[in-house]
Amino acid sequence: MKVLVPVKRVIDYNVKVRVKADGSGVDLANVKMSMNPFDEIAVEQAIRLKEAGKAEEVIVVSIGVKQSQETLRTALAMGADRAILIEATDNVQTDIEPLAVAKLLKAVVDAEQPGLVLCGKQAIDNDMNATGQMLSALLGWSQATFASELDIEGADALVTREVDSGMQTIRVKMPAVVTVDLRLNEPRYASLPNIMKAKKKPLEEKTPADYGVDVTPRLTVVKTTEPAGRKAGVKVASVDELIAKLKDEAGVL
Amino acid sequence: MAVLLLGEVTDGQLSVDSTAKALTAAKLIGPVTVLIAGQGGDAAAATAATLDGVQKVLFAGDKSYCHVMAEPMAALIVSLAGDYTHIVAPATSDAKNILPRVAALLDVMVLSDVSGVVDAETFERPIYAGNAIQTVKSSDVKKVLTIRTSTFEPAAIGGSAPVENIAAAADPALSAWVEDKTASSDRPELTSAGIVVSGGRGVGSQADFHLIEQLADKLGAAVGASRAAVDSGYAPNDWQVGQTGKVVAPNLYVAIGISGAIQHLAGMKDSKVIVAINKDDEAPIFQVADYGLVADLFTAVPELISKL
Ligand SMILES: Cc1cc2nc3c(=O)[nH]c(=O)nc-3n(C[C@H](O)[C@H](O)[C@H](O)COP(=O)(O)OP(=O)(O)OC[C@H]3O[C@@H](n4cnc5c(N)ncnc54)[C@H](O)[C@@H]3O)c2cc1C
Ligand SMILES: Nc1ncnc2c1ncn2[C@@H]1O[C@H](COP(=O)(O)O)[C@@H](O)[C@H]1O
Repeated sequence: MKVLVPVKRVIDYNVKVRVKADGSGVDLANVKMSMNPFDEIAVEQAIRLKEAGKAEEVIVVSIGVKQSQETLRTALAMGADRAILIEATDNVQTDIEPLAVAKLLKAVVDAEQPGLVLCGKQAIDNDMNATGQMLSALLGWSQATFASELDIEGADALVTREVDSGMQTIRVKMPAVVTVDLRLNEPRYASLPNIMKAKKKPLEEKTPADYGVDVTPRLTVVKTTEPAGRKAGVKVASVDELIAKLKDEAGVL
Repeated sequence: MAVLLLGEVTDGQLSVDSTAKALTAAKLIGPVTVLIAGQGGDAAAATAATLDGVQKVLFAGDKSYCHVMAEPMAALIVSLAGDYTHIVAPATSDAKNILPRVAALLDVMVLSDVSGVVDAETFERPIYAGNAIQTVKSSDVKKVLTIRTSTFEPAAIGGSAPVENIAAAADPALSAWVEDKTASSDRPELTSAGIVVSGGRGVGSQADFHLIEQLADKLGAAVGASRAAVDSGYAPNDWQVGQTGKVVAPNLYVAIGISGAIQHLAGMKDSKVIVAINKDDEAPIFQVADYGLVADLFTAVPELISKL
């Protein structure tokens, strides 16, 4: 079985996001970019499946600007076997929508025939939480979102999902799309020798036209603004003062 | 305009708070029909019919909908979609699972976590863990959206809409439910509680997390946790507040032993009053707290419990 892992290049999760003053978006120039944290976990899980003899090949795909190559090289250094870059824009400010990403991924799935697609649960830039579910719909496959445990058992996958009320376990028919949550595993760091080796692993470059997919956005961004800020309040000196403030000033007790 | 609102059903009961909040947003778009699905959900359908402003309730009582699995639920919603311009649901884990699937089957983009309705095709939603708010206009023929419930007040009770039974759509039969692991609790629900008391890594152990729970019980509050506290096994996953957990906006949020990472703030910074108890006076949580107490939680929290 091949496992396909879509990985997105996003602003690093430690970076403080700055909204541009003209409302045109978030400043992404000269900002540290990294692999979406959920996608690191998906890559790690795919590699573990290979190490356990349950997968033969791990293919990583990224859709976006040319610089997404770096994200793919990181995945290759972690242990993925080969990579596909679909260069869909040359503007770092342009985000390709989940529907378009899902259509491109469907085309890759049609060509590569993986038995499992492991996506992140959500991209930490657009916070959409949509691509895996959309891909599964387009393929007519089963889906299991927000996975914190994953076992492959013959023709099925047994997935424990993090849901609002706790945990839910479901059994899905393979091939399946599984989206991963943060508690599934701890991703490894790539060692220096593996980083060197990754430079020689195959990285195929494609465009949406190669797959006949139209990536024109369906949503037009009217403006991007900063949320209403919150000012720091006061420091209280004691528990008594805290209780008094909550009762008399804030009126919440 | 005609809106189909997916009601949130848990164990055959309507989750009134989340459904009523999404209803408030849906009513800004147009007349609302509520869909309730799942065998034994008659009671949920009856409750939905009492929500103010609901025109009609559709009830699909087939057992294939009992565990709200994505594939049959999406098939059902798509089978009804022809009659509606908008398909809406509260942004719960169930709806986040189902609605993007519905959108893709309809060849439209989904609008996740909508926090503001500008008009029938223009919506606001938080991005970058709430560090920016994007206003987007959809050019799709149908709009599929999930609603961030923490930003809307619940619609009132006080209607009596008709309930219509509808047939099931063909079940793709791709997935099967195995089990749910949920802990029942007498505490208020995290996302609808008026007060939330949350603990972080600073609490130090699962045993000491009882201190957080005791304070919560004293205040009649729900209990929350940071991701670090959940990862460390001090608290269950459904207590997590933040970018990837639950979003809450209570009257009072008390953060104890929580540093205030942006991913945590994403889930609580719209609370009306924020209290932080932390021994590090430089902790970023103090930048959003209305009242900060620099103290060791192991002395401050017992004192608080005894004096309240
Ligand atoms: C993609 C992604 C998504 C994430 N999503 C979430 C999310 O949804 N929710 C979330 O919470 N986090 C999330 N995180 C994690 C987040 O970045 C932080 O790591 C996490 O919030 C830290 O939790 P904490 O504040 O409990 O722990 P820490 O940062 O370790 O802070 C512990 C605090 O306790 C204080 N303390 C210690 N001992 C005491 C004492 N005796 N008395 C008083 N104070 C004490 C310390 O001074 C410190 O400030 C996410 C991270 C990533 C990468
Ligand atoms: N441009 C992209 N390139 C590769 N993978 C992507 C891209 N966008 C989304 N994904 C995948 O879909 C997941 C969910 O993203 P989203 O639906 O945008 O929140 C991510 O964690 C990735 O696994």
